[in-house]
Amino acid sequence: MIKIDVESKAFGETEILRDIRFEVADGETVAILGASGIGKSTLLRLIAGIDEAFEGEIVRPSNIAMVFQEPVLLPWRSALQNLTLVHPTLGEQAARGALERIGIADKAGLFPGQLSLGQQRRLALARAFVGRPALLVMDEPYVSLDPQTAEEMLELTEALIAETRPTVILVTHSEAEAKRLARRTLRLAGRPATIIDGADPPAAKREGTA
Amino acid sequence: MSEFARHPSIVRALSLGLLLLVWVGAAALTADASILPQPWALGEPFARAAGSGALPYHLAMTLGRVVMAFVPAMAIGVALGFLMGRYPAFDRWLDPWLVVFLNLPALVLIVLCYLWIGLNETAAIIAVVLNKIPNVATLIREGARALDPNLDAMAKVYRMSTMARLRHVVVPQLAPYIAGAARAGIAVIWKIVLVVEFLGRSSGIGFQIHFYFQLFDVAMVLVYSLTFIIVMLIVEASILQPLERRARAWRTA
Repeated sequence: MIKIDVESKAFGETEILRDIRFEVADGETVAILGASGIGKSTLLRLIAGIDEAFEGEIVRPSNIAMVFQEPVLLPWRSALQNLTLVHPTLGEQAARGALERIGIADKAGLFPGQLSLGQQRRLALARAFVGRPALLVMDEPYVSLDPQTAEEMLELTEALIAETRPTVILVTHSEAEAKRLARRTLRLAGRPATIIDGADPPAAKREGTA
Repeated sequence: MSEFARHPSIVRALSLGLLLLVWVGAAALTADASILPQPWALGEPFARAAGSGALPYHLAMTLGRVVMAFVPAMAIGVALGFLMGRYPAFDRWLDPWLVVFLNLPALVLIVLCYLWIGLNETAAIIAVVLNKIPNVATLIREGARALDPNLDAMAKVYRMSTMARLRHVVVPQLAPYIAGAARAGIAVIWKIVLVVEFLGRSSGIGFQIHFYFQLFDVAMVLVYSLTFIIVMLIVEASILQPLERRARAWRTA
């Protein structure tokens, strides 16, 4: 169970988020929708524990993975090392298996700069799933991809979520993406931003959308 | 011809040849070997200095001091620069010190160290280290300021250990700055070491230059300085440049 209770988040004088409360059940996938610049990424950084300067409380598991808007790989380490250095307990066999799963087993020794952007994104996905996270946080992972690559990425994400069954919190501005991956959608709006729709418990919502 | 003349190593060789030619011309014009001997006239004094063991001994002393000063200057400079780049409060406190030490002439620091600590090896090394730390810190601070915040966030979310973060996230980003500081550092350090030796040591290239300066022996001054310059160029080309290339390998792969 993940409990988010953000009373207020401000940068200097500007309050970005206020009174954001929701819970996510284990294994549930929740999408957070909202216009760009509204504070979705800020909220995600609070949830992932990157930014700890806010008022409120977030209860989350310790084993978290995150997929960023950009691949955010270590460009000076090989594709394989990008998995093994981030997950030291993984072991080389499992890491090679993960590369195999995303279809770049033959590129294990290459630097990320030598991979195509699509391959870099898949490597970032592999890095997220290979640690079998209890919570996976995704920050617009398909933004700025061409439709075909985005579709491939979506399919891969769906499959990996089905295999690993983490709790997923996904930020996006695409309704289609949200519908496809998530059972439940939260909508962020206003200034400071708050949840205007979808904060109700999953059970009640599920009946409404089924 | 134009293809040939554009090749970097050929241009380099031609350019150095030209410098040598200027030397030969100047020596011919002075026509006084006690003021400026011809390049080939240095062979005999070089053989004498090398054969007697004096040249290798003083060269080793100076190189030893360069290493003794280089290692702590880099270590302290990198640590300070990193902290200053990472923590603005630290930077605000330390920046004025940096400005003072950056603008303090090397000679002043050397003389003060000798006066306060005494005419000994410790004072000599400390003087060189103090001269070099501010430059290293300034360069590394720029690197630490430019660290990628996304990689930071990634390392934090995935709970990478402090050691793993340093080795695989921070140091590779700082590597070009560290390499630059090391190359600039060694170039400045060996020059300051010569001054330190000139002023207050009884061994090393700087001491020998001082000695032959008092004898007005231009040939020996040239022999000692040129030998040392060549040794430092070899160190630069055989150790520092390959290290820098290795640190950049992923960029060009």
